[in-house]
Formats: sequence, C-alpha cells, structure tokens
Amino acid sequence: MSASGDAVLAERIVKRYGAKKGAAEKRALDGFDLAVRSGTVHGLLGPNGAGKTTAVRVLATLLRFDAGRAEVAGLDVARRPRQVRSRIGLAGQYAAVDEVLTGRQNLEMFGRLFHLGGGARRRADELLEQFDLVEAADKGVTEYSGGMRRRLDLAASMILAPPVLFLDEPTTGLDPRGRGEVWDAVRALVSGGTTVLLTTQYLDEADRLASHITVIDRGRAIADDSPDGLKDRVGGDRIEVVAAEPADLAAVAKAVDRVAGGGLVVTDAPDRRVHAQVTDRVAALTEVARSLQDEGIAVEDIGLRRPSLDDVFLRLTGHGAQAPDGTEAAA
Amino acid sequence: MTALELPATTGRERSRAYWALADCWNVTRRSLTHYQRQPLAIVWQLGFPIISVLLYGYVFGSAMKVPGGGDYREFLMPGMFATTMTLGFMNTAMAVVTDAGKGVIDRFRSMPMAPSAVTAGRGAADLVVASAELAILAATALAIGWRADGGPPAAVAAFGLLLLLRFSLIWVGVWIGLLVPNAESAGGLYAIAFPVTMISSAMVAPSLMPGWLGTVAAWNPVSSTVTAARQLFGNPVAGGGTWIEEHALLMALVWPLVITLVFLPLAVRRFQRLSR
Repeated sequence: MSASGDAVLAERIVKRYGAKKGAAEKRALDGFDLAVRSGTVHGLLGPNGAGKTTAVRVLATLLRFDAGRAEVAGLDVARRPRQVRSRIGLAGQYAAVDEVLTGRQNLEMFGRLFHLGGGARRRADELLEQFDLVEAADKGVTEYSGGMRRRLDLAASMILAPPVLFLDEPTTGLDPRGRGEVWDAVRALVSGGTTVLLTTQYLDEADRLASHITVIDRGRAIADDSPDGLKDRVGGDRIEVVAAEPADLAAVAKAVDRVAGGGLVVTDAPDRRVHAQVTDRVAALTEVARSLQDEGIAVEDIGLRRPSLDDVFLRLTGHGAQAPDGTEAAA
Repeated sequence: MTALELPATTGRERSRAYWALADCWNVTRRSLTHYQRQPLAIVWQLGFPIISVLLYGYVFGSAMKVPGGGDYREFLMPGMFATTMTLGFMNTAMAVVTDAGKGVIDRFRSMPMAPSAVTAGRGAADLVVASAELAILAATALAIGWRADGGPPAAVAAFGLLLLLRFSLIWVGVWIGLLVPNAESAGGLYAIAFPVTMISSAMVAPSLMPGWLGTVAAWNPVSSTVTAARQLFGNPVAGGGTWIEEHALLMALVWPLVITLVFLPLAVRRFQRLSR
C-alpha cells in the first residue's frame, strides 16, 4: 500500500481514443482522479459512456493510458504491470468464465494459470465453499443461473485472495435475487479485508455496498463523497405525480409546489409527470393527494421515490444521466 | 497430466520460460477438456470431413476423371486431408472470438500469466485436434481402399506437411478471431474459406479448369500441400507441368512459412492492440 493508505490511486489520467489523423479524438478519461482507501468498497458511479469501464481497464493493466499516474496496491501501474496483476482480481461486465467447463474445472484452470500448481485444486474447493457453489461444482456453467455465473466469476477473480478487487458493473443484467447474491458475496469479501472498486449505474447499489462514491461524467470525477453526503447534495426523496390530462399539469405543479418548500418543481410534459424534492415524505404525500382531490384533478399515479442516478446527474452537472435531449424541462 | 505441476511453495521461483511453457500447457489442457466435456462436438467436427470423403468419393467420384489416369478416390484423399486442415482455421477463429467476447481473454490478460500462452496454448490444442482429425480421416480413407504406397517415412512426411499448413493457418485464425466483432460474423467467413479450398487441386486437377482459374488454383497454397502429399503418398498427382506444380514439395514448405511470417506478426500486433 502507498504511504497514504490508498489501495488505488489515479491522478489526472488521460486516455485518448481515435487519436489517429483524420479521426476526431475522443477522451474516454480526461484528467480522471480517484483515491480508494484500503479495506473499503468504493463505488464509481456514472451512466453508460462516462468512462467507468475505461477507468477499471486502465487500473487493471488492460489498457495503456496517455497521461497521468496510477498506483494499485502501492505499485505503479504503467511501470510494473506484471506485479500489479498478481495483486488484483478483475470481474468484468460479463461472467468471464469458460461456459463448457464445470465450475470446479474453471477454478482449477484459472488457479493453475495463477501458478498455484498442485494447490489449485484445494483453492478451488475453498472458493466453491466460500461462494456457495459446492452443489453446482461439477455441473457445466451452461446450467448455472446468472447469479451463480457471477459468483463463479467473483470466485475466479479471488483465487489469489488479492488485496484489490475491481468489479465492473457486477450486477448488470441480473434479476433481483441474483443481485442480492452478488451483494452478499461482495460484503463477505470486504469483511475479509479486500479493497473493492465497484462500478455501477445504480445509485442504490453504490449506496448499499460502498462507503465512498466517486461520480464520473465524461471521463472526469465530478463528485467524491460518502453515500449520505452525496444524497444530501442531491436532495432527499421526491414526490412524483402523473396527471391524467395534460391540461391539468399546471394545477398539479401548483399543488406540488406548496409542499416543495421553495425547491425546484420539475414538469416533464411528455410524460405528464411533475416531481419535486420533499423533506417530510408522508406529510407531503398526504397534502398533495388531498389538495388534488379537493380541486377535482384526476391523477394517473402519485408516489414517493428515492433519488436516482438521473437526479444525481441533474443536480451535479445540469444534464441528465442520458444525453440531454430536451425531455426534461424545468418548470 | 501433472508433469508440469508443482506445489505453490516451490512454484514461484521458476524462470519465465518455465512459466510460459506451463501456462501454454494449461491453456491447451483447457481447450482439450472441452472435447472431453462435449464429446458430440468432436463427432460433428470429424463427421463433416468423413461425410465429405464419402460424398466426393462416391457421388462426384463416379463422374470424375483424373488427368493422366489413376483412381479418383486415391487422388481425392490427400485433397480431403488438406481441405480439413485448411478449414480448421475457422475453429481457431471461433474459439478466439468466443473468448474475446466473453471477456475470458481480458481475464487472462489481467492475470500474472505469460501473455504468449493465450494464443500459443490455443494453437497447440488445435494441432492436437488436427492430428486426431488426420488419424480418423486416414482410417476412413484406408477403409474405402485408399493406400499410401510411398512407404512409411514418406507418409509421415506428408502428414507433417499437412500439419505444417494447419500450423500456419492458426495465426490466420487468431488474427481473424481478434478482428471480427462476434461469432456470427466469424461464421460468415465460411463463404470465403470454402471457395479457397475448392479453387485448388484438392478435388479437381487445375488443368481441367478454365485457364485463368486453373492458374489461380495451381498457385493456391493449399494446392502445393495437396500435390506434395500426393507425391509422398504415391497417389495420382495429375500435374499440369507448370513450375508451381513441379515444385510442390518445396512450395509446401515455403507457403506455410510465408503465411506464418505474414499472419503471426499480424496476430501478435492485434493482440497487443487490445491494450490501446
């Protein structure tokens, strides 16, 4: 580890694509900074194309970068990639396991390639136990559920019990049960002392797992905070009303405005949706429902929701998580 | 099976060359385990050439004649061997593109193993499978009356040349596997690979084709290996007397070397470009 106690350190990393003559240069990372404290789960949160995967691939020695400095487990990534590789685990966006082999055969194969020699078999047994795959150990991976595949993928990335683990969107494409399984496995790893850098598009995933979150947008870190700190900045829960008739939108916005405490009321006309941040969730919901009923305004839906990645982006960058296309207009 | 394995405690101090070999063997072993897990895959893979032998030998064979005389099935067998070796590069490409798409190659690259083992192990496994294919094809050929009359050393040399062709095409397969985006587009390459084997001396003597096509066929690298194998097996050669056909043995060595010299660096460069 570096003297600062950071297991992962990135300073002003630049990664250019298409830098050849003729092609327009694209900066996947544009002065990216990151510091992950040892023994913590750090969330890297951002929409598609923000640079999350590029950041992980750079730190995991898979991609060379053009400028800046990166250190993993106290080792310079650019100068000592081989040594870095024996101290990291990587689980990418797909379960990178051999579909034809059994779970056990996969872990033994990767174990031998991690140079465990005769110890590969014993390590496979330990990992099958740890990731709750003993029953399925001798079945082909094709028979595994999505959650089981990801758990096997995690197990393969933990063969050397590396001090630093990179997880690139570990739950994308999983059903809620699979997500829960992966979350439990990640929590168990961290209690064993592993440092985890986790990328995700879901604020609630980062919130549940990470003790620290870096928000990335267009190749740059735009916020770096604890989950609570981030949510405070973004604001708490939001009330959301969907009007039955477009003509009622103004009246709905007025009713919502009364409970918004002077906050911004957002009207999303194409979806007939009005939403605003509230402090007292239940009182706000009751109040809006009553006043709409009193005025005889029909609503399609009314409810409370937690802030989403979209809200984080709207607040931090002024544009939504998706490319701004005018669908969200402030009222 | 475990000759290269050592307990973890002694393993770490071994040299880089030792680990490059050990890693290569473990990647090879992984590919071969696939056939153990999926016996049907090998049945399909071998079934195609065997059925081709029977189709071409008996369906077309009845209407085929060999210039200069000789039995068509005797003439055909070395062609079928070379065709199987040539189309084998598609297996390499498919395996590589599948691994690349699933992130298995990235996992290998993030591990402290020898990077060369990723493709070298694949290639070694392909050669083992190609040897098995040749053995089964030869057995089928013997069963329908084909004979290698040139003597055992010449027959071994002929099989060696066939495997050399397969070896050179491993690098074409790796390069294509890293180039194409997915297995579906790799599969489309059969449309190119199939004519490459047909426009050669594998099934029909180039001297029977229209002039320009005959020239293309004679200069096809596959043809040199086929003609050289026919000479070594003592099968009908049906040469047209051109320079390229007269120097088949030499060219059966030169062509694979040229292919390797072109495509091995291309494959290595493509592999290195993964980190750009």
